[in-house]
Amino acid sequence: MALDRWIAMIILLICVAYGYAAFFTMDDTLAPFMRRNPIWPSTFPKILSIMAIVCALLILLGFEKSSGEPKPSEINYRRLTDYKLGQAIALLGLMVAYALLLRPAGFLLSTVSFLFIGSFILGERKYHIMILASGIAAGVVWYLVDRVLGIFLSPLPVFLANGG
Amino acid sequence: MLEGILIGLSTAFSVTNLLMVVGGCLIGTFIGMLPGLGPMSIIAIMIPVAISIGDPSAALILLAGVYYGAIFGGSTSSILINAPGVASTVATSFDGYPLARQGKAGKALTVAAISSFAGGSIGAVLLMIFAPALASVALLFHSAEYFALMVVGLSAIAAFAGTGQVIKALLMTILGVIMATVGEGALFNMPRFTMGLMDLQSGFGFITLAMAMFALPEALYLVLDPSRSKTEGGTNEIKDLRITKAEAKAITPVIGRQSIQGFLIGVLPGAGATIASFLGYAVERNIAPKEEQEQFGKGSVKGLAAPESANNAACTGSFVPLLTLGIPGSGTTAILLGALIALNVSPGPRLMVDQPEIFWAVIISMYLGNVILLILNLPLIPYIAKILAVPRNFLIPFILFFTLMGAYIGQNNSTELLILVGFGICATVLRFADYPLAPLLIGFILGRMLEDNFSRSMQLYDGISFIYERPMTLGLLVLAVILVVLPSYRARRARARAEGVADGD
Repeated sequence: MALDRWIAMIILLICVAYGYAAFFTMDDTLAPFMRRNPIWPSTFPKILSIMAIVCALLILLGFEKSSGEPKPSEINYRRLTDYKLGQAIALLGLMVAYALLLRPAGFLLSTVSFLFIGSFILGERKYHIMILASGIAAGVVWYLVDRVLGIFLSPLPVFLANGG
Repeated sequence: MLEGILIGLSTAFSVTNLLMVVGGCLIGTFIGMLPGLGPMSIIAIMIPVAISIGDPSAALILLAGVYYGAIFGGSTSSILINAPGVASTVATSFDGYPLARQGKAGKALTVAAISSFAGGSIGAVLLMIFAPALASVALLFHSAEYFALMVVGLSAIAAFAGTGQVIKALLMTILGVIMATVGEGALFNMPRFTMGLMDLQSGFGFITLAMAMFALPEALYLVLDPSRSKTEGGTNEIKDLRITKAEAKAITPVIGRQSIQGFLIGVLPGAGATIASFLGYAVERNIAPKEEQEQFGKGSVKGLAAPESANNAACTGSFVPLLTLGIPGSGTTAILLGALIALNVSPGPRLMVDQPEIFWAVIISMYLGNVILLILNLPLIPYIAKILAVPRNFLIPFILFFTLMGAYIGQNNSTELLILVGFGICATVLRFADYPLAPLLIGFILGRMLEDNFSRSMQLYDGISFIYERPMTLGLLVLAVILVVLPSYRARRARARAEGVADGD
């Protein structure tokens, strides 16, 4: 089975769960006076779930043939290992780490290390330029966001910041 | 109308807004020039900045400037290195790159700049005429018609977005609408589909989703396939920006025709700049005299001028449904709509009456943006082209960092960053399998409005009867069905015929 039909199946499962919630669980909590209303919170989701299930089934059952060979400009997922898959996964992992460390480690430290490690993963080895570029970028962005736009970004690690 | 223009002039010429135009155009040009980054990603990255400005006209002016700049930058990279950063400038590279190979890069850039300028300006004038007229008609619309109109818009987008794969695009659209129902709706005051998670109480963040759908997959594609961001191939010397009188005479009628045609295509939902540019190129090739037809694809100035004026005019045209009906016709205008909603502006026919300064300032700033792009870019092109040499090792971490920052600023919550990465991976996988992503985001942005209008008409008519009691609603809904069914029917028939031929042999 091709990837697009696998995806259609996953979407179908999600939509079935969504439809189940809309048809069978949502209306129980509805207040009696709201039941007189022609529209319930579940009305629109019910329609949507039916339409989505029909579309997903049409794709899953192969009513719409996919265009066959991939376009040259697109990435051919069947040969995914030919591409820089390791780098991409490492960068995604780095983004998750950044998300988890942003609060505890503070903006400046986590950003500088994110940019540094990011370019390191991509194969850059000019360490002095990397440090300089990421340091300047982190400083400038922090200044713009925290001072100019006025959105609080705790700059320092938790143990150094005062109540941050 | 004159009053409106005056209000627009006074708003657009304030110091901040002028800075916004210049800044937006510059940023757009720079980023748009980087191969592999489209206008949608750039605008998605710029939205948090625009929203935190707080003033809706300034924000919209900035984003519109970025949009134009990105299209212009895209054409520069397609001419110089045959690497279109934007789908709508692919047609530009057909004749632009051969010209650059012949050592006429400067001339090609000038032709592109002039055609873009003319296309954009003619588009702005047409917008000024069309939008108020359409808005006054739209004021008669009822919520039932709005509901139907949005359905038409969504199905048109689905019909055009999928390359012969309408069902996939349709599924993505519906999925977007489904995602919009997560969280607390305005009409019911009860949380839906949150699975008991506090973080989903207010629904998915629009900026997070926009980043995850466009910026992140594009960045990941650049990582996966380094050849996408290749910058070698001859950033040759750019000199002699002048064009001859004969060339100017040849491209003038082309620009005139393609600006109008491009604008009209841009107004249609779902069509947009890409189709306008390809169609413009094809039309000009067909009506050119025999000996000039040979030149197309080998470095014809006409072949360069046609897609350039058409795509810029179409960009302007796509603002018509956004500003008058509040219904975006393309991914880019959908993102702009999301930004406007975040700024408490509801675009639609009332916009011209309630907040004329926003409406007119945007139109005036479009004109201004075109002038600025022309002035900025003609003399600066040789220097700007240097940015094409930015090493990707630095570029990609920065793009990723900006997507993270955008999602964080939008919600001030680091859970949002995990949602961003999760959706980004899903979006990349969807893109592998050729599922179009723009319909999902458009569905998400329109979803809440769609449900609100549907609920309102249900309440007014005490049931579903509004669909057949209002002829206009019925007509629009029938149109929507035709839009979806027709392409897949035709594709099936064509395939059946092709298979029949194969069997017969």
